Amino acid sequence: MARSPALRRFLSHPWVLGVLGILTVFLVWWLVTASGMVDKLFLPGPGAVWLAGTDQFQRGILVADAVASIKRVFIGFAISAGLALPIGIAMGTNRTICHFLEPLMALIRYMPAPAFIPLLIIYFGLEELPKVMLIFIGTFFFNTLMIMDAVKFVPSELVETALTLGGRGLPILTRVVAPYIAPQVLDTYRINMASAWNLVIVAELVAANEGLGKRISLAQRFLRTDEIFVGLIVIGLIGLMIDLGFRFLMRRACSWAN
Amino acid sequence: MHLQVSQVSKSFGEGRDRKLVLETISFELFSGQFMALVGSSGSGKSTVMRLIAGLERPSEGTIHLDGVPVRRPGSDRGMVFQKYSLYPWLTAAQNVAFGLSLQGRGKAEIRERTAYFLDVVGLADAARLLPRELSGGMQQRVAIARALATEPKVLLLDEPFGALDLQIRESMQEFLHDLWKRTGLTALLITHDIEEALLLAGTVHIMAPRPGRIVHTVDVQLDRSDLRHLRVSQPFLELREELASRLRSLDGSLL
Ligand SMILES: Nc1ncnc2c1ncn2[C@@H]1O[C@H](COP(=O)(O)OP(=O)(O)OP(=O)(O)O)[C@@H](O)[C@H]1O
Ligand SMILES: [Mg+2]
Repeated sequence: MARSPALRRFLSHPWVLGVLGILTVFLVWWLVTASGMVDKLFLPGPGAVWLAGTDQFQRGILVADAVASIKRVFIGFAISAGLALPIGIAMGTNRTICHFLEPLMALIRYMPAPAFIPLLIIYFGLEELPKVMLIFIGTFFFNTLMIMDAVKFVPSELVETALTLGGRGLPILTRVVAPYIAPQVLDTYRINMASAWNLVIVAELVAANEGLGKRISLAQRFLRTDEIFVGLIVIGLIGLMIDLGFRFLMRRACSWAN
Repeated sequence: MHLQVSQVSKSFGEGRDRKLVLETISFELFSGQFMALVGSSGSGKSTVMRLIAGLERPSEGTIHLDGVPVRRPGSDRGMVFQKYSLYPWLTAAQNVAFGLSLQGRGKAEIRERTAYFLDVVGLADAARLLPRELSGGMQQRVAIARALATEPKVLLLDEPFGALDLQIRESMQEFLHDLWKRTGLTALLITHDIEEALLLAGTVHIMAPRPGRIVHTVDVQLDRSDLRHLRVSQPFLELREELASRLRSLDGSLL
């Protein structure tokens, strides 16, 4: 089969095959539902899901849910990221602090965050606080330990050069360590943001008044599979957008590392 | 400028793991001198340099710079490492300016000195390039400019050309010799390349390992007006062979 170079170049573009993969799944989905092989109650077609989505959007539910979920993620994750940075750096630079905290954190890290939900509900009720806390617990320890590792791998020559140039203490932290670890910190945040986004849905499935997870559990009660699909797709899309946002930020702020 | 290393010993580790790495090292270095330490791997050359830089403390003995004991790193002892140690997120010019800005010098002064020292190492055109855009030799020249920019009393060079391939290494040796003649800097060079040491240094200390110590010192009196010529001249080759056989016998006696 003779393939033209233009086609090959087109196919080798990273986005093309990715979009093609997604379209394939949509096509299979559409074929399966259009053929009537599966009960629409279990697997609604793309059209029905689209209608359910636009309906939710027009009634303003979709945006309200998304905003509620995003807000929880951002507050919880901002606290987690903000605390993990100084603590991770402290653990990476100071052996005593590291020895004191690392076993503790490594232990808590392996406790599944959703298992904290009952406790959080007992302590903090059903409002926003337990959900934000859940996201914090689920990401803080990973964030901290990954930042600590990044700090430990700062090449000693870079720090020692700064020392022999007359630097010491805080300036070395802000002008050598911080810029060096910036790409890894952004990547750490990007990776752990995914679990923050998972956790907010879990928390909302358990107890919430609004939010994308809450909408899914409501839809389940009324057997509205089309609305469940709307929720899943929107959650995926927002997650993807956050991921791309971090990648963009990284390319902009740390172009030297590429 | 007077650097005095007297009776310095250094051990690493504690108790049974304690390992003597340097044993009673002594030497002096004066203004404008170019000195080299030569020795096989593990003879403690880098450790000597790190002690002078203040990155390590001697277990015994003292190091004085102009009569003041060395206690910690400082910009009066500039250092160039073997591995490229430029800050990858800073341009060549920003790397050269790094020490000056750490010291809080004024903007105009920083700009002027950075341009001057980039020019000294022949990289005025590369000012805006990032380290990854520079060749290995250029990177080491930026590192040398960065160390010189804070005007250290002595420049410590730890195998600065060890990672470069042969041709570039030779041109860098000529560059360093030329720089030394032009600026009258004081330098301590570490190398395991006898030829490099003889080409550049007025005094060469040979070090032996386990424990690291100075076993032989040569005052090199050669005509350095043309390094390329010197490399292949008879007296140079003879001296080189003599030292090489000395080093070989040191290694041999350990086998
Ligand atoms: N921080 C340290 N802790 C323990 N041992 C060390 C330390 N630094 C150096 N040593 C040991 O001291 C000895 C000399 O090391 P050094 O790096 O000074 O040698 P060198 O002559 O520079 O060798 P090379 O030519 O390979 O660079 C080595 O055996 C090394 O293992
Ligand atoms: Mg060494």
